[in-house]
Amino acid sequence: MSKIGRRSLLAGLGAAAVGISFAGLSGCTKPGGAGKTINFYNWDTYIGDTTLADFQTASGIKVNMSIFATNDELFAKIKTGNSGFDVIVPSNDFVTYMSQADLLLPLDHAKIPNLKNVDPAFMDPIYDPGRKFSVPYTWLVLGIGYRKSAMKDGMVPDSWKWLYDSDQYKGRIALLSESGDLMRLGAKYLGHSVNGISADVLKQVEAMLIKQKPNVKAFHSDDGQDMLMSKEVDIVMEYNGDIAQVIKEDPDLAFVVPKEGSQLNSDCLAIPKDSKNPVEAHAFINYMLDAQAGAKIYEQILYPTPNAAAKALMPDDYKNNPVIFPAPDVMAKCEYAAFEGPERAQVYDAAMTRIKAS
Amino acid sequence: MEQSWRQAKGMFGAMLSAPLFWLVVFFFVPLAIVFAYSFGQNVGLIDISVFTTFDNYKRAFEPLYLAIFVKSIWIAAITTFICLVLGFPVALAITFAPPKAKAWLLLLIMLPFWTNLLIRTYALMAFLRTEGYINTTWHWIFDGINAVSGGMLGDFRAMELMNTNFAVVLGLVFVNLPFMILPLYSTLDRMDRSLLEASLDLGAGHISTLFNVVVPMAGAGIASGILITFIPALGSYLTPDMLGGPDSQMIANVIESQFKRANNWPFGAALSFLLVYMTFIGIAIQGLVERKNAGRAA
Repeated sequence: MSKIGRRSLLAGLGAAAVGISFAGLSGCTKPGGAGKTINFYNWDTYIGDTTLADFQTASGIKVNMSIFATNDELFAKIKTGNSGFDVIVPSNDFVTYMSQADLLLPLDHAKIPNLKNVDPAFMDPIYDPGRKFSVPYTWLVLGIGYRKSAMKDGMVPDSWKWLYDSDQYKGRIALLSESGDLMRLGAKYLGHSVNGISADVLKQVEAMLIKQKPNVKAFHSDDGQDMLMSKEVDIVMEYNGDIAQVIKEDPDLAFVVPKEGSQLNSDCLAIPKDSKNPVEAHAFINYMLDAQAGAKIYEQILYPTPNAAAKALMPDDYKNNPVIFPAPDVMAKCEYAAFEGPERAQVYDAAMTRIKAS
Repeated sequence: MEQSWRQAKGMFGAMLSAPLFWLVVFFFVPLAIVFAYSFGQNVGLIDISVFTTFDNYKRAFEPLYLAIFVKSIWIAAITTFICLVLGFPVALAITFAPPKAKAWLLLLIMLPFWTNLLIRTYALMAFLRTEGYINTTWHWIFDGINAVSGGMLGDFRAMELMNTNFAVVLGLVFVNLPFMILPLYSTLDRMDRSLLEASLDLGAGHISTLFNVVVPMAGAGIASGILITFIPALGSYLTPDMLGGPDSQMIANVIESQFKRANNWPFGAALSFLLVYMTFIGIAIQGLVERKNAGRAA
């Protein structure tokens, strides 16, 4: 589940960009601080402008942030060991994957009092029962981002059909290149769950995508919102927060969660097992769950927050924004994608290779 | 004065040790690990067993992956051909330029290397996209013609340039052209010009001098230019990923997804090694061409 969309256009240059934008922080002095530095591995455009500096002022701990673009990239780094990172942001299924692979440090809830701010609905998820390894940072839902003026008769494209199974927007469609998401949502469109997809259904989805391919302009690596903004395409598969960010700049854009339902994700804060600064890492996670600090972050990244206390502080145009918080009736049809073993990713990826090669 | 290395073994060994160390530790060892992976399989969630199976190679020879290899070779071949056709006249022009201009022209050829490949690719995207510079310029000309002719051309339709195989080849040519020009230039520059004068004096036209004298003499340069353009083009990953459309998958993109999304390092390693074998074949062919040329010169 990549969310490169959380990155701006030049996100591929993550490392370089970070070097520039955070180098300034090194000059900050911390009053009575521990003088320690922790390394934070995050998605791009996924934190408030002042969050890290504020934390340093409050605690004296310096945070050095690097950026990754996909969970796979994160996994590959952590898997090899000795990555040097103290806090990471894996998505729900990768929390399961990494905890099963014994790569995550069990959290000490006593060191994270701000856990009380988290909405109880997020406290015991299937992917991390009892929040043993992770705390929720955001949640997100995949849906359809579109340009209102380009839709036929001003209709709302509220079905996956317009992406998967129709030539109405021939050449104006961009789909996510993440094979897992693409296959799962195809199954959702055909009326199945996103989990436990049978080989038959998978074949149907593959055939459907091969048939649809001539109508598709590109498989985007989660920069669908940029393609939409630059009028490269009119209708894309994207995450709600990504589209919410660009709607601010271009009111002709909109987002809808299709009536068939969709897939939910949740990005979580976790500590790698080999972290050298687990105490400071806990302190940082606790700070991220603080109501005030959280409100500053979500105001900027425009992703839905699982932090009830932070949400209470947010303005109405965030709380009542249908893009950030889609209607409950359609949300009821959405599911989390579970981690179904490492071979599953290979099955999806092979299908994707066939689709692209066909 | 020339001295055989045998007379200064100690000196020779000292000079060689650092690069040799580098070569072994940072090239042969990692390569050997990848080679070992290519006969391995995933065990559990994060471990890989090595030298246990041939399945990865068996799978790599499935028609699906062979077709992707063939497609990659095809795209790399077109790229190399275009680079040769564009690069040869440029190299020739630099060769015959006045010495002062020569340095500047060579600098211009190398200038793109000062910028990161990713930035150059983004720059290309700014040109190619639907609302990019090419299409906006074309729109402007189009409107101009329409205004003069009273709507002769009808409604404007932007050219579809981005996310196509055309964009991939354009991107690869853009990136690889210097690799073609530089070896061509270095061969052409060493060429004995009196032979050209002789050819022209003896009645050959410019065109026939070019093809019968210049091209054969530049054979080695052409071969190495082709080789160092073709190999990176064959293994290119960023360009098809960023400029390509749903049809533009090349073999390096498949390899990338094996190391990332599919988390199947052994299979990715096997595909990478097939690419390495193909490179060896390419270098062997170039070696043969050079030997043949050397034989002719002798």
